Amino acid sequence: MRLRLEKRPQPARHWIYLSPVLAVLVTMLAGGALFAALGKNPVAAISTIFWEPLFGEFAFYYRPQLLVKGAPLVLIAIGLALGFRAGIWNIGAEGQYIVGALTGAGVALAFYPLDAWFLFGLMILAGALGGLAWGMIPALLKLRFGTNEILVSLMLVYVAEQLLAAMALGPMRNPEGMGFPGSRNLQNYPAAHNAELIAGSGMHWGVVAALIAVIFAHILLGRHILGYQIRLTGQAPRAARFAGVNPARLILFCLGTSGALAGMAGLFEVSGPAGQVSIDFNVGYGFTAIIVAFLGRLHPLGILAAGLLMALTYIGGEIAQSELGLPAAAIQVFQGMLLFFLLAVDVLTNYRLRLLSRAPDPSRSL
Amino acid sequence: MTASLLAISGLTKAYPGAVANDDVSFDIGRGEVHALLGENGAGKSTLVKMIYGLVKPDSGTMTLHGAPYAPAEPRAARACGVAMVFQHFSLFDALSVAENIALGMETPPPMGDLARRIRAVSETYGLPLDPDRVVGDLSAGERQRVEILRCLLQDPRLLIMDEPTSVLTPQEVEILFSTLRKLTAEGVAILYISHKLEEIRALCDRATILRQGRNVGTCLPAETTAREMAQMMVGTAITPPTRAARPLGDVALEVTGLSLHSPSPFGTALKDIRFSLRSGEIIGIGGVAGNGQDELLAALSGELRSPSDAIRLHGTPIGRLRPDARRRLGLLAAPEERLGHAAAPDMSLTENAFLTGAGREGLVTRGFIRWPETEGFARRIIARFDVRTPGPGTAARALSGGNLQKFVIGREVLQRPEVLIVNQPTWGVDAAAAAAIRQALLDLAAEGAAILCISQDLDELMEIADRFGALNEGRLSEIRPTAQLGLDQIGLMMGGAHDMEVAHV
Repeated sequence: MRLRLEKRPQPARHWIYLSPVLAVLVTMLAGGALFAALGKNPVAAISTIFWEPLFGEFAFYYRPQLLVKGAPLVLIAIGLALGFRAGIWNIGAEGQYIVGALTGAGVALAFYPLDAWFLFGLMILAGALGGLAWGMIPALLKLRFGTNEILVSLMLVYVAEQLLAAMALGPMRNPEGMGFPGSRNLQNYPAAHNAELIAGSGMHWGVVAALIAVIFAHILLGRHILGYQIRLTGQAPRAARFAGVNPARLILFCLGTSGALAGMAGLFEVSGPAGQVSIDFNVGYGFTAIIVAFLGRLHPLGILAAGLLMALTYIGGEIAQSELGLPAAAIQVFQGMLLFFLLAVDVLTNYRLRLLSRAPDPSRSL
Repeated sequence: MTASLLAISGLTKAYPGAVANDDVSFDIGRGEVHALLGENGAGKSTLVKMIYGLVKPDSGTMTLHGAPYAPAEPRAARACGVAMVFQHFSLFDALSVAENIALGMETPPPMGDLARRIRAVSETYGLPLDPDRVVGDLSAGERQRVEILRCLLQDPRLLIMDEPTSVLTPQEVEILFSTLRKLTAEGVAILYISHKLEEIRALCDRATILRQGRNVGTCLPAETTAREMAQMMVGTAITPPTRAARPLGDVALEVTGLSLHSPSPFGTALKDIRFSLRSGEIIGIGGVAGNGQDELLAALSGELRSPSDAIRLHGTPIGRLRPDARRRLGLLAAPEERLGHAAAPDMSLTENAFLTGAGREGLVTRGFIRWPETEGFARRIIARFDVRTPGPGTAARALSGGNLQKFVIGREVLQRPEVLIVNQPTWGVDAAAAAAIRQALLDLAAEGAAILCISQDLDELMEIADRFGALNEGRLSEIRPTAQLGLDQIGLMMGGAHDMEVAHV
């Protein structure tokens, strides 16, 4: 009895949708086994991670957190997915996120204590432009010198982190902060505060922006010629050249858009949930968004679901740590399993499994 | 042709969704050249793979020299004296001829001995080849000789050749045939796969014809016309393309002094290409593959850009324009490689119809794709060019090569091009479909389009082209009216052969 993978004549449509679900189920099984090996009740652990945040006793507190954590992931992942679809690999969203937060918060701090209705809009714009500018660096270097955007964008993350530290300790430091590092808290500056739109819902402007980005990307990829060119370039670069796609334009668009969206995510975070520019402001949303983008099949609606799922495992993982005493590393392994199984199950989209009972078929050697 | 060497009885092999061979039986005699004829997908490849031990039959038996023969792998087949020359060579460019041959041997002799044996065998069979030359410097014909020599050194009793002449000039074909005749005189049997009917009539003693996996008959090629054999292959009568006399218009495409480096390290640079193509005219460009065909298509389609003045469309310089801009001006192209170049494999036929049809078919409004109209365009191509597919939503890679080719050519033809550039328009397409594609090209020219047809199929070019030129190492020969050309002249124009001597039998 052997298993064999056979290439399907065309990708199986139902598996495109089923494989993430199957991956989550397999992750629950394997994760449960892991937790059991650690001496915890696997059913309790899994239900703590997936059930507690949504329907548990303190769900009223956790549910809004889902939106707060999910929104930046979705917003960044949407931008990344556009590039990934075209084979343009922006790995530096974390840096664009930081720079967007700095430029956006910089506008607010520069105008402090001006109380004007247009201030928040200006901050969003500044945040987007900051992220865009940071994303343009790998784009322009790639076009001018043929550098690899993966390396350049990634290295710029570390530059951005240094910039963040310098700003938090220097120009942006709160003059009334008794010398502590970190800027003024924007939560205390109403014109610049990205407050909840409905109290207690977790719904802030970043969530709105993420939803708009999902719709925008969905229409772009499905109905617009630019989205078609993005897909074509990613799937068959030679056919894209034959069709007449301008690769330079795509590189600028994809790195620019993903930078701008990451920058906006940074701005919404610094002016809302985080509140201030501080040394430890960034918590890795820019990197996690890469996982979210793939978990969501690089598809806007999938990314929306994946962003929420990822936020769920983060929140549920924290609960499991505090309530069940699971080590943080076990939670990280659990999250890693999710991506691992997703990629593994992905094979079923393009291949079908066949059980063979007979001797090896020599046609395999073809 | 005395006793039977290999007898095949009731061979059947089914793949999921298709029966490749269904109860095929025939026999090959000693010293016989036996042709295996059939359209693409008729099951020729599967059959020879079973004989060569690459594929195991589901049922049926084979006997070789009167003993049961069921090779589990090619090594077993070779041990029984069965050798095969594949259509695609498996040679390392960086190694010498002798090193390449040694690599394929179970127990290679010392290099010096091997080189002596290569020289001896190559002289015996009229296949001049220096064992010390690096394969990367050899022509396609010479590379094929390396593959043949590799087989001959095993002292085969049955030599299988899969479309051996597709890469050869007419002169090289003559050399090959002389070699094969010499082999058969020694009692070696040859199983010869081809769909070039005239070639089979000239060379083969008997022909077995496969259609949809079944043996539909054996004939004596010398006593059967090419037309009869084609009808046996297809199962219906084929209408050969008809060409109406057509008046030539003004110069539509003018190329002057086009020189380009190839973007690929193994490509061929174009050197001072010049020709002019008039409306209503078909120019055929022949030449052995790899002599600049891909580069010429890319330069004309706009994938490679050249000095503005080098290419003029109706007098307008277009050398710097991208493919989409050239399409708007009326210059369309269909490249040779269907999957990945002419079409995106994982995209649907509708999406692939949009690939080149976006502009000329008006499928975009303010940047948004008009999907219903695009699907309508795809449906028109499918209907008009008889593309066999469940529907326009099917992924391009799910279509057979021939069907996708019909789609790709149809997509360009239906856009009413003023100038159409095609590379290998009927490559891998069955005879009936090939005839339909050629007819479509002729009709298009009759309506006033100018067509440049790049092809390695000389018969095709002779059939449809008004004038003929050949590419050799990136240079284009003088372009001459086809009516005045003989096979010898064409061969000289192609010029790919470095050794013109015919074997002395």
